[in-house]
Amino acid sequence: MFNESIKMALEGMVANKLRTFLTLLGIIIGVGAVIAMVSLGFGVKEQVKNNISRLGSNLLIVQSGGRTATGARIQAGSGARLTYDDAKAIEKSVDDALYVAPMVSKGYQVVVGNQNWTTNVQGAPPNILDIRDYTVEEGRNFNNRDMTSRTRVCVIGKTIVDNLFPEGDPVGKTMRIGKAPFTVIGVLGAKGQSAMGQDQDDVVFVPLTTAMNRLMGITYVNNITIQAKNENVVDSVQGEVEQILRERHRIKAGGDDDFTVRNLAALMDTMMETANTITMLLGCIAAISLLVGGIGIMNIMLVSVTERTREIGIRKALGATYHNILLQFLIEAMVIGVVGGVLGVLLGVASSYGISKFAGWNTVISVPTIIIAVVFSVGIGLFFGIYPARKAALLDPIDALRYE
Amino acid sequence: MAEVIRLEDIMKTYVMGDTILHALNHVHLEVTNGEFMAIMGPSGSGKSTMMNILGCLDRPTSGKYYLDGKEIAGYDDDELAQTRNAKIGFVFQNFNLLPKLTAQANVALPLVYAGVPEDERMERAKQALVAVGLGERLDHKPNEMSGGQRQRVAIARALINNPAIIMADEPTGNLDTKSSYEIMDIFKAMNNEGKTVVMVTHEPDIGEQTKRILVMRDGQLVSDERR
Ligand SMILES: Nc1ncnc2c1ncn2[C@@H]1O[C@H](COP(=O)(O)OP(=O)(O)O)[C@@H](O)[C@H]1O
Ligand SMILES: [Mg+2]
Repeated sequence: MFNESIKMALEGMVANKLRTFLTLLGIIIGVGAVIAMVSLGFGVKEQVKNNISRLGSNLLIVQSGGRTATGARIQAGSGARLTYDDAKAIEKSVDDALYVAPMVSKGYQVVVGNQNWTTNVQGAPPNILDIRDYTVEEGRNFNNRDMTSRTRVCVIGKTIVDNLFPEGDPVGKTMRIGKAPFTVIGVLGAKGQSAMGQDQDDVVFVPLTTAMNRLMGITYVNNITIQAKNENVVDSVQGEVEQILRERHRIKAGGDDDFTVRNLAALMDTMMETANTITMLLGCIAAISLLVGGIGIMNIMLVSVTERTREIGIRKALGATYHNILLQFLIEAMVIGVVGGVLGVLLGVASSYGISKFAGWNTVISVPTIIIAVVFSVGIGLFFGIYPARKAALLDPIDALRYE
Repeated sequence: MAEVIRLEDIMKTYVMGDTILHALNHVHLEVTNGEFMAIMGPSGSGKSTMMNILGCLDRPTSGKYYLDGKEIAGYDDDELAQTRNAKIGFVFQNFNLLPKLTAQANVALPLVYAGVPEDERMERAKQALVAVGLGERLDHKPNEMSGGQRQRVAIARALINNPAIIMADEPTGNLDTKSSYEIMDIFKAMNNEGKTVVMVTHEPDIGEQTKRILVMRDGQLVSDERR
């Protein structure tokens, strides 16, 4: 009886091709959308996760300007500035800090011959390359001697090379930053785009002291990047840093900080949460379209029951029971759910790949999602099939036989 | 001879608004095994209502109906369905074949609900079609066959589960004279082999060919003639 019903359902679907296709389409699009959207959401999540491990969840960034009790940021520059000495003090007293990198940065026009390019020039100690995970591909990094003697040297990324040194081989050549001439001593290995879409090869690093005294003419630093030894000590390092800076800036107990320590791990947690919310949202919207597909099943099943009233009457006259008829129509609804679900999976997987390939967004197809989507679509077939199937099964055989 | 059908004081009453209509009015009837009976009478006299009740498609408003010795009054819908499946073979005026199924699949249909496995179903359906002279038409759909052929498929279907009675409501009503007589020949042959056949007809020449003629008028049996 079961096999019979499946066979009949499939035959019925083949016999009404266009109608079957339209009904299926609702489910296919619904399931496909759920899979594609959830894959996209998972992709975002994975990207965020990768960023954490790439950036290092043990990074702290100190910026000048504090927060009021209400959380509003006090304008940087309105209070005390962070200084190179602050950084040195942190480096000296915080044992669990692996690197401490005070940084300055400013946009400049960089010029070689008649080529020019606008970029952000960053002044930092030599360890900045380790913190940011850059490698030196040609030449060398600047060192502590360059720091003390404030030499005019710089290390540049691939994008700068491509734009200013079309002939290549920049090491040893001179590049003007603003008006000041600098010698290129190193080229960095390419890193490509960051997760945020920034070109990580569009960089110029110069020694911090050179940048402060001979380029920008400032006595403060913009921020201090601190890398803790490992994730477990991030919080204690943050506490120590805050302690030192409060002392050095002479902030009384109870007074507001004039600096802010940003914890990347905490930031990433927030981003993860956001990614989860996005996944949920996308999934829910897609699930609604699946629901609409289910209503389509119900609609077509109701039409089918009406159309086949006579058939139902004949079957009942020949001995079909309530359950025989119910099963027949439920199976039809379920077959639509299964076939639509399977085709929907194909569509969803295909569009996930499409999104990755053409939009460049990361997508992660998860098997549980596929299973849930298919089960859900079969469930929807069943749920929306029950009412029409019951209607069919409850038909009075005499009325049904008389139906024209 | 064993008694197949026994109706005792059957009433079928329809109430529409404030009018009450007795489609069957105090009907008493006995049919014994192997009878070939025609129910005749003008349109609206209650013939179809009678067939529906005899065929367990409908329940009487009151009275007792014994089919094969069993009172069916207390049967629920599913028990009635199983009774139809096991004991009654229907032949309808408009054939009532499923248009999308082949002749063989149509004939096999009652066996689906009897729980017979597919191979056996198909084999028995084939034999039944051969028996009504349609051995060459197994794979034809109803719309590829003439009216007479369709009705023979329907008869094969009615016979397939070896029922106690064949119920035919105007089986020749949609057929030309030649096909009508062919169909009647099949019924006669079936009856000669011992099948009980009850048919409704309003055509006197068809009724003439049976062994017992029942005449109805306004829901009542007005004549019952054995020949
Ligand atoms: N479902 C019904 N509701 C109301 N009246 C009905 C119903 N079925 C049959 N009738 C009435 O019962 C009477 C007998 O009908 P029927 O048995 O079909 O007559 P016949 O088959 O002899 O032409 C008719 O008057 C008909 O209108
Ligand atoms: Mg009638």
